[in-house]
Amino acid sequence: MKRSIVGGIGLVGVALLLVGSYIGLFVAPPERHMGEVQRIMYVHVPCAWVALLAFTAAFVLAIGSLWSDREGWDAWMTGAIETGVVLNALLLVQGMIWARATWGVWWDWDVRLTTSLIMALLFAGILALRSFIPEAERRQTWSAIATIVAYVDVPLVYFCVRWWRSLHQVQSTPDTMDPAMVLPLRINSFAILGIAIWFAWQRARLEFERRRAEAVDPPAALPVEEVEIA
Amino acid sequence: MSWVRQAVIVLKKDALLEWRGRSRFVSVLLFGVVTLLLFSFAVGPDSSALRAGAAGFLVLALLLSSTLGLAESFRLEQEDRGLEGLLLVPVEPLAIFYGKALGSTLLLLVLAPVLVPIALVLYAVELDWLSLGQLLGIWLLAAAGLSAPGTLYAAMTSRLRSQDVVLPVLLFPLVVPVLLGSVKAMALALAGDPMEQMRSWLLLLAGFDVIYWSLCGVLFPFAIEEG
Repeated sequence: MKRSIVGGIGLVGVALLLVGSYIGLFVAPPERHMGEVQRIMYVHVPCAWVALLAFTAAFVLAIGSLWSDREGWDAWMTGAIETGVVLNALLLVQGMIWARATWGVWWDWDVRLTTSLIMALLFAGILALRSFIPEAERRQTWSAIATIVAYVDVPLVYFCVRWWRSLHQVQSTPDTMDPAMVLPLRINSFAILGIAIWFAWQRARLEFERRRAEAVDPPAALPVEEVEIA
Repeated sequence: MSWVRQAVIVLKKDALLEWRGRSRFVSVLLFGVVTLLLFSFAVGPDSSALRAGAAGFLVLALLLSSTLGLAESFRLEQEDRGLEGLLLVPVEPLAIFYGKALGSTLLLLVLAPVLVPIALVLYAVELDWLSLGQLLGIWLLAAAGLSAPGTLYAAMTSRLRSQDVVLPVLLFPLVVPVLLGSVKAMALALAGDPMEQMRSWLLLLAGFDVIYWSLCGVLFPFAIEEG
């Protein structure tokens, strides 16, 4: 994708975020029971949606990466995972701030909180794995495998934590919300999606550059089997 | 030769190696016992608190021991390029996965006759024969659930210099459903199940096992192709 197009998507994302947040903070009415603290929803929910979307994209890219071995899949997959992990971390922090104000505690073992935390750890683990593999082809295959396994795990975690315990409210739909609340939520969702695409693209480009640099000057570290065991 | 037969041969090879050396089994077992003791020290001598946490301690001891066993199972294959040799014979990658995963499940299973009685004594839990049978069934499902993804990840991380760090970082968040399912089911086996909830937890564990034994089997050949 052309650099200028992605840069444009990112810029539009930032502009939309400003507009959406302005409407969310100053125009939309406060929620009847939660009051002003509910306004965190206008960034919290978009972060959740886009993080899930990023991990889903990473899963599809991982399958493509195993299937075709083309380095583009791997670079975009890395971009999607890193962006997803950042959004997931933001989601957790925003959720904790909201929980403190609404539930009176920073953390509760609720199904969505717990699943979000485990999801962040699962995908951050893949980034850790990548950092330990010096060879590009192996890094591509192994991180694709780990991504597929992690993605399949998320619904299982959700399901079993739901049985274990649940406190988080059922999500609202546009029918149950004031239209003035739906608008900033929609604007911010597209805003964060645009910024996420921009981030993922930047990270994918870095990954390409890294592979190219490694091809010219391979990393000094030898894989274990090439080291003589005394 | 079908891959099922090859898997049995891989399993026999690992079992024979284990039987001759017994070092892996003994160290994993001792590690499990030490972990159970440490939990008692961490919680304190209050027997009701120990009894309440007994299921969790047992499953954590199993989980922590499993990483030692899994890491060791592929370390042997890395020495003298054993894995490469197996593939050249040729042994199907699928056979290597199922042979190794079954081997790890068996290793974790034979920990039960030692760790369960020690836990029952240390945590002052009394059990009838039926509950003991249930406990062992849950142990088997949990061991299988840890072994399949564990074998896949151990095959990959055994070729890294930082295996001890990477394997738990990848495996522990992944097996949260196994941990929750087996702890809940074991707690019900230990303390009684008046609401008949155990069936759901066992189904969850079995579902996880089926998904991961199939998924990891499909992915394993990719993992060792990049050798």
